Amino acid sequence: MRRIGRLLLYVLLAALAVLTLAPIVWMVSASFMPAGQSSAFPPPFFPRAVTFEHYERLFTGIRLARYLFNSAFLALSVTAISLAVNSMAGYAFAKYRFRGRDRLFRLLIASMVIPSQVTMLPLFLMLNKMGLINTYLGVIIPGIAGIFGIFLIRQFALSIPDSLIEAARMDGASDFRIYWSLVLPLCKPVLVTLAIFTFMGTWNDFLWPLIVMTDDSMYTLPVALANLSLEHVQDTELMMAGAVMTVAPVLVLFASVQRYYISGIMAGSLKE
Amino acid sequence: MANRRAAFLFLAPALLAIGVFFFLPVLAAFVLSFTDFDIYALGNFAYARFVGLHNYAQLLGDPLFWQALKNTFYFLVAGGPLSIAVSLGAALMLQPKFLRFKQLFRTAYFAPVVTTLVAVAVVWRFVYHPRFGILNYLLSLAGLGGIDWLGDPHWAMPAIILMAVWKNFGYNMIIFIAGLQAIPGELYEAAAIDGAGRFQQFRSVTLPMLAPTTVFIGIITMIGYFQLFAEPYVMTQGGPRNTTLSIVYLMYQQGFRWWNMGYSAALAFILFAFILAGSVLQARMQKRWGV
Repeated sequence: MRRIGRLLLYVLLAALAVLTLAPIVWMVSASFMPAGQSSAFPPPFFPRAVTFEHYERLFTGIRLARYLFNSAFLALSVTAISLAVNSMAGYAFAKYRFRGRDRLFRLLIASMVIPSQVTMLPLFLMLNKMGLINTYLGVIIPGIAGIFGIFLIRQFALSIPDSLIEAARMDGASDFRIYWSLVLPLCKPVLVTLAIFTFMGTWNDFLWPLIVMTDDSMYTLPVALANLSLEHVQDTELMMAGAVMTVAPVLVLFASVQRYYISGIMAGSLKE
Repeated sequence: MANRRAAFLFLAPALLAIGVFFFLPVLAAFVLSFTDFDIYALGNFAYARFVGLHNYAQLLGDPLFWQALKNTFYFLVAGGPLSIAVSLGAALMLQPKFLRFKQLFRTAYFAPVVTTLVAVAVVWRFVYHPRFGILNYLLSLAGLGGIDWLGDPHWAMPAIILMAVWKNFGYNMIIFIAGLQAIPGELYEAAAIDGAGRFQQFRSVTLPMLAPTTVFIGIITMIGYFQLFAEPYVMTQGGPRNTTLSIVYLMYQQGFRWWNMGYSAALAFILFAFILAGSVLQARMQKRWGV
C-alpha cells in the first residue's frame, strides 16, 4: 500500500515535469526541423532531418545579432548601474541613523504596490522632451534604482555586525572605503542574487522597450520576436529558432546560478 | 555629523532616480488623467486642457473598458487561484523526506519561470494551433474534437490562463517550499500524538501555518495577473472579439497607439486603484487571522 503510494507520487511528479518541459523541448526540436515540417498532422516531435537553416536566416536575413547585442547591452548596463545605486542605498538604510529613516523606508516599501504602468505615460513624455526616445538610455533610466533591490540589500546588510564597521572606522577608514572594501564583499551573496534578478528581468522585459524603441535597429530580442511572430505567422520553425535564441541565454544563466536565484526568491518572501 | 553627510551621499543617487523617474511620473500621471492630452499636445503641451473627471466619466461609458475589465478579472479570478493551487500541490508533492531527485523535479518545474514571456507565448501559439497543434492532437487521441483555442471567443482566455499557470506556478512553488520548511517538526509530532492522521495534520497544522505565506503569494500573484499584457499581445492581439483585451493592453493602445494619453492615464489609475484595494484587502485578512 505504502509502496504503491510512493510509486504514484513519482508518476505524478514525472508527469508534471513532462508537462512543464514539453513546450520548451518542442521549441528546441522544432527549430531544427526543415521549413514546413511542423505543420503536419499528427504534429512531429522530432526533426526529420536536423537543419540549421533557420538559425542562419536569423543571423543573415534578420538582424538577430543586433537584437542580441541590444538585449545584452541593456541587461548588463541596468544590472551594473542598479547594483551600485541600490547597494549604497540599502547599506545606508541598514547601518546609518538619521532622522526620518524608518519613515522614508516604509514609504518606499508601501509604494511598491504602484504598478510601473502608471509611470509609463509621463516617463515617455519626459524622455521625449529630453530626446531619449529610441535610445539605450531611455530603456535604462527607469531601471537605475529599484525599491525591491534596496529592500533586499538592506535586509542582508542588517546582519553585518556594527562592531566590524566601528573597528574599520577606528582604523581611520572613510565611509566610502568601509562601504567599498568591507560591506560590499560581505554582501556578495545578496549582490549576486540581485544581479541575476535584474539581468533576467531586464532581458525578459517587454512593454517598456516596446514603447521606447521605435526603430527596428534598437529592438531588444522580445520586441523583435513579437514583431516577427506577427509577420511570419506561417514560418513556425523560424520563429522557434528565434524563441530559442531569446530564451537560451537566460535559461543557461539560470542553470548555472540556480542556487542564488532560488535563495533570492525565498529571501524576498520573508517578512521583516 | 559627518555620519549624516555620508548617509545622504549614499542615498542620493537612489532617491534622486526614484524621485524623478518614479514618484514624479506617478504624480504627473495623476494630473494627466484630468486632461485631454492627445497627439496634438504631444507636439506642444499647451494644447492639453484640464477636463476634470471627463476621462473617468468617458471610461465608465466605454464598452471596451468594461470588456477589458471583465477579461482582466476573468484572468485574475480563474488564473490566480488555479496557479496558487498548482504551486501548493507541487510544493506538497516535493515535501516527503524519502523523495529522491527532488532538485531535478524542482528545476524542471521552475524552468518556465525564467523563460522570456514573449518567446514562450510564441511557442504556445503553435501548441494551440487548431490543425497542427500538439494540444488538439492529444485531444484527438482521447477522441475529443479539435478546438480553435485562440480563435474561439470562449476558449481564448482559458488558453491564455493555462499558459500563464504553466509559466508562473514554479515561482510560488518555491515560496511555498520555503514556507513549508519553516513549519517546526514538533507541531506535526504533537498532532500525531493527539491521534491526528495525515489529512488531519494537513488541515490543522500545515494550512494554518502556511496562511501568511499564502497571503503574501496571493498579493504578488494578484499584482502580477492584473498586469496581463504580453500574452494577448503576442497570441491573440486582444481578440477574438476583444475577449482577451486586458486593462494594460487597452492602456497601451489608447496611450501609445492612438496617443490618447489623458484617457490612458485614467485607465492606469484605475488599474492602480484595483491593485491597491486588492493589496489592502489581503493585508487586512492577514491581520484578522492573527498571522
